[in-house]
Amino acid sequence: MSIKVLLPTAFIRHTDGVKKVDSVATNLPGLVDDLGVKFPALGAHIKDEQGKLRPFINVYVNDEDIRFLGGESHTFEDGDEIMLIPSIAGGCV
Amino acid sequence: MPTMPDLKEVALPELSNDEISRYSRHLILPEVGFEGQQKLKAAKVLCVGTGGLGAPLAYYLAAAGIGTLGLVDFDVVDASNLQRQIIHSTSTVGQLKVDSAEKKLKDLNPYMNVVKHNVMLRSDNALEIFKDYDIIADGTDNFQTRYLVNDACVLLNKPNAYGSIFRFEGQASVFATEEGPCYRCLYPEPPPPGLVPSCAEGGVLGILPGLVGVIQATEVIKLILGIGEPLVGRLLLVDSLSMSFRTLKLRKNPKCPMCGTHEIKELIDYDQFCGIAPPTTTGPLEVAQHAAVGDVPVQDGIPQITVEELKAKRDRGDDFVLIDVREPHEYRIANLGAPLYPLGEIGSKLNELAQYKDKEVLLHCRSGARSQKAALELKAAGFSNVKNVAGGILAWAEKIDPTMPKY
Repeated sequence: MSIKVLLPTAFIRHTDGVKKVDSVATNLPGLVDDLGVKFPALGAHIKDEQGKLRPFINVYVNDEDIRFLGGESHTFEDGDEIMLIPSIAGGCV
Repeated sequence: MPTMPDLKEVALPELSNDEISRYSRHLILPEVGFEGQQKLKAAKVLCVGTGGLGAPLAYYLAAAGIGTLGLVDFDVVDASNLQRQIIHSTSTVGQLKVDSAEKKLKDLNPYMNVVKHNVMLRSDNALEIFKDYDIIADGTDNFQTRYLVNDACVLLNKPNAYGSIFRFEGQASVFATEEGPCYRCLYPEPPPPGLVPSCAEGGVLGILPGLVGVIQATEVIKLILGIGEPLVGRLLLVDSLSMSFRTLKLRKNPKCPMCGTHEIKELIDYDQFCGIAPPTTTGPLEVAQHAAVGDVPVQDGIPQITVEELKAKRDRGDDFVLIDVREPHEYRIANLGAPLYPLGEIGSKLNELAQYKDKEVLLHCRSGARSQKAALELKAAGFSNVKNVAGGILAWAEKIDPTMPKY
C-alpha cells in the first residue's frame, strides 16, 4: 500500500526541491510523521508544538477535503493522491 | 447560480453609439449581448489592491465596460512594481497607486467611473467602503486583509472574487455567496506570523498575477452576467511551472464562525487575529509590515542596529562578524562582502558558525525580516551577542551607498 503526496511550491525549500513523494502512511497523523522523517525541515514548518499539522494547511485526498472525510481518522487507500494546500496571501505590493 | 441582486430592479443604463462600437465583440456574443453590456455598465466592482493581482484585474474590467470601478490602495508606485503591475507606468513611479491606475484605466476606457479610496482597508472603514459595491475582488497581499475582506463580504452579503499567488503558484475562488463557502471555511486560521514569506521576501513570477488576476476578472464578469459556472465551492489551483490547472471541491463549513454559526457579528481586530503588530498607515506595505523591526531598539530579545551604526562600526574597525543570510542569487545582485549563510541552512551549519558563539554577530538580509529570524535561531542555539541589521541591504543602499542597486 502506497500513497502519492503532492507538495506545493511554498514547501519545496524545505524538501530540496522535491514536489512528489510516495508514502506508506495509512492516515493523516502517520503522513505528517512520515514527512517529518523524510524532510525534517518540512516537519518543523508544518507541525505545531503538539506535532499536529498546522491548521493553515489543508489536506485533499483525491480532490476532496479530508476534513469532510473524517479528518485524522480517515484511512488512506492504496493509490490515493494526497495534496497539501497551504494558505497563501500574496497579491503583491 | 448567484446573480447580481438588484440590477434588474433598477433601469439598466443606455449605451451610447460610441459605447456600442467599443463593445461590439461583446454585443454579438449571445451570452453577453446588449442587456449583458448594460449590466456590466450598471455594475459597481471594488478592487481591493491595485498591485500584482489588482492591476490586470482592474485593467480588464475597465476594458470590459464595468461602469464603476472602485480602487483601494494606499501605496505609491515603486520601480520594482513594474515587473508585474501593468496598470502602473514608468512615468508614474512615486505617484499614488490609485492616481496612477486611474490614468491608465481612463485612457483605456473613458466611459467608466473610477472611485479612488486612497486608504488602508481597516475594520473601521471596510463596511462603509464595501457597501456601495456589488462585487468585491480581493487582490491584497497579506493575511490580515484577506480575513478582513472575507468577513466584510459575508456581513454585507457580497461575493468575493478571490485570488492569491506565491512564487509560481496561485489560488482562485469565489467566496461569500449565499450558498457557497467563505474564506474562513477553507482556512479557519491564518498561519503563524513569519512562517509564510510574502512576495516581497519570496519573489513572484511577474506573469503569474496576470494569470490569476484575469481569472478573478473572469469570475466577476460571469457573476454580473449570471452566465457559466462561477468558482463557487471550488478552489482553482494554478501552477505556472507545470502549467497545470486543477480544481478542488470546497464545502461550506457548518461550524464556520463567520458564515456557518454567524457567531462573528462584526469586524474584529485582524492584526491581533493574525498575531502581528499593526502596520503603519503610510509607506509601502512591504516596509510597513516590518516597520516594527526598524523602529524599536530590541525586537523579541534581539537588539536592532541601524545601517548607520553598522557603517560606523566598520569604519572604526570594531571586532564583530557580519553574516548575510540571503540566498546566493541575491548575493550576486548586491552584497556587503559578508559570508553567506542562507537562513534555511543556518540550522545545519551551526558547527561551522560555532566559532562566533561569543563574538558580536551582526546579521543582515534584504530588508531585515529573515535576518531577524536567523538571529532568533542563533540566540536559541546559545550565541551570546547576536544583533539584527534593521532594514537590511535595502537600507544600506538607501542611506549609505546610493550606487548599490535596490531589488
